[in-house]
Amino acid sequence: MARLRPFNFVFVSTFLFVVWTGFVCCNNGRRVGDALETEFSGFSVPLEHSFEVDDIAKFSVRGALILKGGREPSVSVTQNQLSEEDRIKLKEVAAVDGLYRIRLPRVFLQGDRQTERQLEGYLTTFVRACAMVESHLSDVITLHTDVSGYLIGVSIVTLPGACRGIEIEDEVDLEVFNTTLSIMAPANAPGPETALFLERMEQESEKKGKNPQEQKSFFAKYWYLILGGAIFLMVTNSAQPPAGGGREQS
Amino acid sequence: MAMLILLWLKCIILCSTVEAVFEDQVGKFDWRQQYVGKVRFSHFDAQVQSSKKVLLATESNVFAALNTRTGELFWRHVDKAGAEGNIDALLHHGQDAVLVVGNGRLLRSWDVSVGGLNWEIVLDSGSFQAACLVGLTDTVRHVAVLKKNIISLHYLSNGHQKWIENLPESENVDYQAVYSDGNGEVYALGVVPHSHIAVVAYSVEDGEIIKQSSVEAPWLSNILASCTVVGQGMLTCVDSATMSLYTLDLNQQSQMTQIPLQSLGLEVAPGFHPVLVSHQPNPAHKPLSEFFLQLGPDQYLLLQLSEGQIVTLRDFKPAFLVSFATTGEKTVAAVMSPKNKTACSINLFGAETGRRLLDTTLIFTVDPNGGKPEKLYVQAYLKKDDSVGYRVMVQTEDHALTFIQQPGRLMWTREEALSEVVTMEMVDLPLTGTQAELEGEFGKKADGLMSMVLKRLSSQLILLQAWIAHLWKLFYDARKPNSQVKNDVTIENLSRDEFNLQKMMVMVTASGKLFGIDSKTGSILWRHYLDNIPSNAAFKLMVQRTTAHFPHPPQCTLLIKDKDTGLAMLHVFNPIFGKKSHVSPPALPQPILQSLMLPLMDQDYAKVLLLVDDQYKVSAFPSTKNVLQQLQEMASSIFFYLIDSNQGRLSGYRLRMDLSTEQIWEVAIPADIQRIVSVKGKRANEHVHSQGRVMGDRSVLYKYLNPNLLAVVTESTDTHLERSFVGILLIDGVTGRIIHEAVQRKARGPVHVVHSENWVVYEYWSTKSRRNEFSVIELYEGMELYNSTVFSSLDRPHAPQVLQQSYIFPSSISTLEATLTEKGITSRHLLIGLPSGGILSLPKMFLDPRRPEIVSEQSREENLIPYAPELLIRTEWFINYNQTISRVRGIYTAPSGLESTCLVVAYGLDIYQTRVYPSKQFDVLKDDYDYMLISSVLLALFFATMISKRLAEVKLLNRAWR
Repeated sequence: MARLRPFNFVFVSTFLFVVWTGFVCCNNGRRVGDALETEFSGFSVPLEHSFEVDDIAKFSVRGALILKGGREPSVSVTQNQLSEEDRIKLKEVAAVDGLYRIRLPRVFLQGDRQTERQLEGYLTTFVRACAMVESHLSDVITLHTDVSGYLIGVSIVTLPGACRGIEIEDEVDLEVFNTTLSIMAPANAPGPETALFLERMEQESEKKGKNPQEQKSFFAKYWYLILGGAIFLMVTNSAQPPAGGGREQS
Repeated sequence: MAMLILLWLKCIILCSTVEAVFEDQVGKFDWRQQYVGKVRFSHFDAQVQSSKKVLLATESNVFAALNTRTGELFWRHVDKAGAEGNIDALLHHGQDAVLVVGNGRLLRSWDVSVGGLNWEIVLDSGSFQAACLVGLTDTVRHVAVLKKNIISLHYLSNGHQKWIENLPESENVDYQAVYSDGNGEVYALGVVPHSHIAVVAYSVEDGEIIKQSSVEAPWLSNILASCTVVGQGMLTCVDSATMSLYTLDLNQQSQMTQIPLQSLGLEVAPGFHPVLVSHQPNPAHKPLSEFFLQLGPDQYLLLQLSEGQIVTLRDFKPAFLVSFATTGEKTVAAVMSPKNKTACSINLFGAETGRRLLDTTLIFTVDPNGGKPEKLYVQAYLKKDDSVGYRVMVQTEDHALTFIQQPGRLMWTREEALSEVVTMEMVDLPLTGTQAELEGEFGKKADGLMSMVLKRLSSQLILLQAWIAHLWKLFYDARKPNSQVKNDVTIENLSRDEFNLQKMMVMVTASGKLFGIDSKTGSILWRHYLDNIPSNAAFKLMVQRTTAHFPHPPQCTLLIKDKDTGLAMLHVFNPIFGKKSHVSPPALPQPILQSLMLPLMDQDYAKVLLLVDDQYKVSAFPSTKNVLQQLQEMASSIFFYLIDSNQGRLSGYRLRMDLSTEQIWEVAIPADIQRIVSVKGKRANEHVHSQGRVMGDRSVLYKYLNPNLLAVVTESTDTHLERSFVGILLIDGVTGRIIHEAVQRKARGPVHVVHSENWVVYEYWSTKSRRNEFSVIELYEGMELYNSTVFSSLDRPHAPQVLQQSYIFPSSISTLEATLTEKGITSRHLLIGLPSGGILSLPKMFLDPRRPEIVSEQSREENLIPYAPELLIRTEWFINYNQTISRVRGIYTAPSGLESTCLVVAYGLDIYQTRVYPSKQFDVLKDDYDYMLISSVLLALFFATMISKRLAEVKLLNRAWR
């Protein structure tokens, strides 16, 4: 049994690996000037963000996501640095516990032409601005697609996620985004595992068949106990009558 | 090894889940009520003078016979739900009741006396129009069925088809009625709207067309609505446009004779379509020549047609309802007219003369909390002195049936609205007067030491008084024989029991009638009919204030929303007494998108209800200053979500200080690929006792307990076997973060979901394997808890671990719910409503994604059952033993005061209430607990110690002397 545990672990980790194959890129945003990696089917969509003191969304471009469709969709990002002005504003928003929102347009990853890819509307999400500040702009953005390759949702979390009210003194910490980006397709939910179960049952019945010990009948296995018991009974029975008889006589 | 596993498995199953009712417990903790639904057709069984049967065919596709003395069911047949089992017609003659079912698909004959099926035949296709019994020379032997383009005649004895004929010109003529009066002919009556009437007479013997004619009738559009056959085969119609009666002799079929109503001195109420009511006592004889003409909502006329002349016999105004009834040779007309505001009087009149019969007045008291009378069914019988006596069954708008005997004695009432329960809640009963007095003492503000002492003394005195009264009652009752001691539950003596096992069930029905039912006995304690409910209303029932806040009365709010327009209204009431609250709910001029109950309370301890309208503006109820102030303080932490399933949009909003909202997240699922079929959050009153699970190696796996988690289920629009799928999305309702996304391929709905604690269980149909399957998803944080003190959706950066496993289930299911207990210590069971009428209590431990495929020492330590792909249905898991519940639509669970006990109500056509003990009754002593033994042992031990102590002392003394 114990030997099977590593196998189990391997199985789980491969499963996790399959699930996380979409995970691709971690770009620190310093390569804004670099050439866009638009390969065969890659295309770029704007990633926008908004943080306002009065909480009325005004989205501006944060960077560009390069999405690649196909069997294993992937995503990478190039993003700008925060300007001096934005840094101050972000800290102000964080001070009033405002929201830091991001949005990106709804797209279809498997489309060939630009018109096919773009859909009406945006996917939006948010995180508390203070969490953004306190994590020094380290965020994890996850894009979710549906079965056919439409982007259906986006989520953002910061690491660490809590707002502890720590003052950020160093302005440099708020310059560059440290983004971990991944794209996730829906996992395939498992069906009932009949094959494995049947296999196991078969193995067990085989094992039973091989082992002659198991096949022996009840009497064959325990004949000595039964015999012993019987003898014991006989002995006790035969021992009693004389005693009784003796009493009778007296 | 295998033996060991097997043994261990058996052991687990035996130890954990053997639970069934003992024979002497049947009906002790549970009750069932059977209903039939809204009555469509009803006939009294009149073949024997002393018959006690009334036959009912209902809109819920039920055919049943009731006992007219008690209102109980003799027998009941429940057909398929929906159009397939729809009862189109009920014909009753002697021992036989003939039903046409499923838009003319089946013809069935039932034996009335025992409710057995005589025969059933499948009719030729075609949409059903009408059916009638056909008699010949005083005996009824046939049934005629008229369809869109054919007419067929069947033997009443065995259902065999005697003949079938095509209807002439059936593509132009709309045949609507069939008529026969025992002269060897069957008439099919059709109409070409606004042109002419077509009359075809068939011979009963061979189906040959004897006569065929068409008569000009440019004013006629629908025969059933405006015509009837009266007297010697005279087709009589009424037209509101020309204000005339028209008669046509079916035997001669020349042309219609017009008789203007004015010539009879009559006038139709403006905007009212007049109706004719005739009566044919025996299908082998001609109908009566007397008939009723309804001229207005409260005016009826008894008219007589003789030799082409119409004579007014009597004018009934005001009169709500009329009905004919025949007993022996006598036919009478019953007329219901208003007496005063709360009562109606019913009188009998001789049908031939219109003269009032003496001593036949019957008073029907209209329930102020019920609906208006809608239909009147009269059972007439001959008394010993040959006069006519009668009983009536009144059907009211709220689907209630009331049976009354002369002179107004209420025999029974059946609340058939309860066959369509939409939603329900269980509310704790209030404390008794004395308990409330004590509670009140703590509630009041302190005003000085002396008065407090006095108050305490007075309440103690009251308690003492109550205790003495209780003792006296016990003593008094003990002297009486057992049968005389009655424990009737009435609304006055309602009070909470020791363990809060008895509760008030507030049930909302589709007809708009609300009920308060005592959960212990099932008796209806109050009812309230809301008469302005739109036909397609959606209901949401919320408990705003529980009984815990004496002296404030408990308060429930019912949100009624018109599904088409989205307009909503609120009904606020006291759930214990059913009375409408004096708190006036706000008017809601805008369509309502979402409603949510906040844990905030106003100064009167009423929880705040937020309503979001289509302008995304939020209104609060109650909206006192205190509430608005609290809302402003809390605004930034109040989030809600909206779902537009047509466009596949899920969006999240946050409340602003000024009660406007802002959108903060949006998830869009393309509606052309998958559509959202259900969204389930967690129940607000759910408690989770254990934060994690202890593993085999003594480490802890922490549960991911996100109270804001939503389970969204989607189904693919593509229904092809290979490409269809069911999608499960777990979304955080605050941040819109997709926690988990999975697709079950080659699967389709209907999907039933339960979402609780850290798990989601759903059931679907696997198109590939053609079977029902259960799947369970469990979420875990891992071996370490991120923040153990408080859960915040805004601060949980790590995605949870997701485990999932699926199982085969050998039956389809109707509904799914999970048990709920006070503190969440008791293990959970799933309650599964099966189409067979059973409620299965399946332990959640069988649906556990951590069930190992290969048994290890650790999994055994953890008590995990080894994985088996099939979930078995064990008969001892049925909590309703043989009490079948037809067409279960929903199961409601509520915690009781005992941690081990969960109250369960299953509703559908029937209502069933019981208790379940998922971990057995660990906190209750058994019924047969031996108090005598334990106390005698205790006493014996006590004396033994006393004696031995004494002996020890003596011994010590002796030793000291030595």
